[in-house]
Amino acid sequence: MFDFLEGYDLLGAFWVTVQLAVFSGIGSLVLGTILAAMRVSPVPLMRGFATVYVNVVRNIPLTVIIVFASLGLADIFGITLGAADDFDALSFRLAILGLTVYTAAFVCEAIRSGINTVPVGQAEAARAIGLNFTQVLSLIVLPQAFRSVIGPLTNVLIALTKNTTVAAAIGVAEAALLMKEMIENESQLILISAIFAFGFVVLTLPTGLILGWVAKRVAVKR
Amino acid sequence: MTSVLYDAPGPGAKRRNIIYSALFVVVLALGVWWIYSAMSDKGQLEWAKWSPFTESQAWTTYLLPGLVNTLKAAGLALVIALPLGALFGIARLSDHRWVRVPSGVVVEFFRAIPVLILMVFANQLYAEYTDISTEMRPLYAVVTGLVLYNASVLAEVVRAGILSLPKGQTEAAKAIGLRKGQTMRSILLPQSVTAMLPALVSQLVVIVKDTALGGALLSFTELLSARKTLAANYGNVIPSFIVVAVIFIVLNLLLTTFASWLEKRLRRAKRSTGAVLTGGAMDDLSVTGTPISKTDGATGDEGGGGG
Repeated sequence: MFDFLEGYDLLGAFWVTVQLAVFSGIGSLVLGTILAAMRVSPVPLMRGFATVYVNVVRNIPLTVIIVFASLGLADIFGITLGAADDFDALSFRLAILGLTVYTAAFVCEAIRSGINTVPVGQAEAARAIGLNFTQVLSLIVLPQAFRSVIGPLTNVLIALTKNTTVAAAIGVAEAALLMKEMIENESQLILISAIFAFGFVVLTLPTGLILGWVAKRVAVKR
Repeated sequence: MTSVLYDAPGPGAKRRNIIYSALFVVVLALGVWWIYSAMSDKGQLEWAKWSPFTESQAWTTYLLPGLVNTLKAAGLALVIALPLGALFGIARLSDHRWVRVPSGVVVEFFRAIPVLILMVFANQLYAEYTDISTEMRPLYAVVTGLVLYNASVLAEVVRAGILSLPKGQTEAAKAIGLRKGQTMRSILLPQSVTAMLPALVSQLVVIVKDTALGGALLSFTELLSARKTLAANYGNVIPSFIVVAVIFIVLNLLLTTFASWLEKRLRRAKRSTGAVLTGGAMDDLSVTGTPISKTDGATGDEGGGGG
């Protein structure tokens, strides 16, 4: 019944999907945190820059960003990210770049909304008992902010996992591209689609359940 | 402006802020200069590459038909997904386990799968089992994929909208002797519709953005693939990307602005119970990354920040 699977590297494709999600997850966490720091900083210019970045990037379709990375950055500007000869590695890295730039905007918003859930009274009380700025931040505000950020960040991570399929648009050999190839060449449309759907359910549902449980456990009860 | 993170700046802090601003301006200027010189190196700033956009032909032949297709797919998807989503959202709140559990499974299943997978599946399904013409098939596939995914997201919006109403509404309806169906139709749904309007508009942004997937992988002639034919004709890859990106940004900013205006208006007009479901509140639910509304309902303090 499953002989149509022969000759296709199903696990390999999903492994590429996972790699895309992990690498761009780390990248967007770093970039998004920097942006969030700018977005809540006392310097108006930095706040303005981060606001513009977020509003611009999250209103452009991810597909446009990733296709631009391939046709614009690589083909026109010759940005090869250290993989000039290897087309597969190049498109893989460009996809990670595009996913990182796009997801960072959502990470930034998630972190900012987490900081916003801390009532101003907390910081005011901390200052009133004589804590200095570093103490207020490290003892009072950030611990509470981190705990309420886990939930929103989980949603960003799940969205990112699903968004990795967009990398198929520039020929990265991940799950969606393999699925397209398989259903065009084999006759088992429903079965193949079910396998890929199941693959994504396996990737996203446990992440949501586990991290959702963690988020609920550590959430600050107000 | 008071923030959790810092006090109102004193003289020292103001001086520091100016220094940081100056440093940041330098960094920004370097970045802009780098982009500018890269663009002029590769000849992307030549007027010949930009001039097509000042003539009507580029718009009437390529961009506008593409934009129309984008809007057509997004509009169709929303119109079909909305009743479906409402149906499933209400079904998930049913008292009967055999209604609640299957609809819950369906909603969770389609929310866990990437839209692209759904589109690719629909495309092949139509190719194998129906006689929809090859020109129309991409539109059908894109709309089907978007409907399946967004109906499940909207089901959650509807469910959250109904749950956001105070419990007293149901209790009062029961007390005056309304049936379950009547309570839903004449008490809960009308109030929750106003509560979830902003979240619906925000979801429309996600739908508009996802239509671009059809252009990249299913040869659906929307804005992104219209850009491709345009660039092939005029040889202006970078300018065409910038113009298309700007069109998307303007379109989506209009939608988000409308959503936050709607939200503010609904908050002010206390004709319903005052429960408003913002794009931000829905962020838990929609996983493709619903744009978060500018003001956070929970705190509403820091807001969009200066800018």
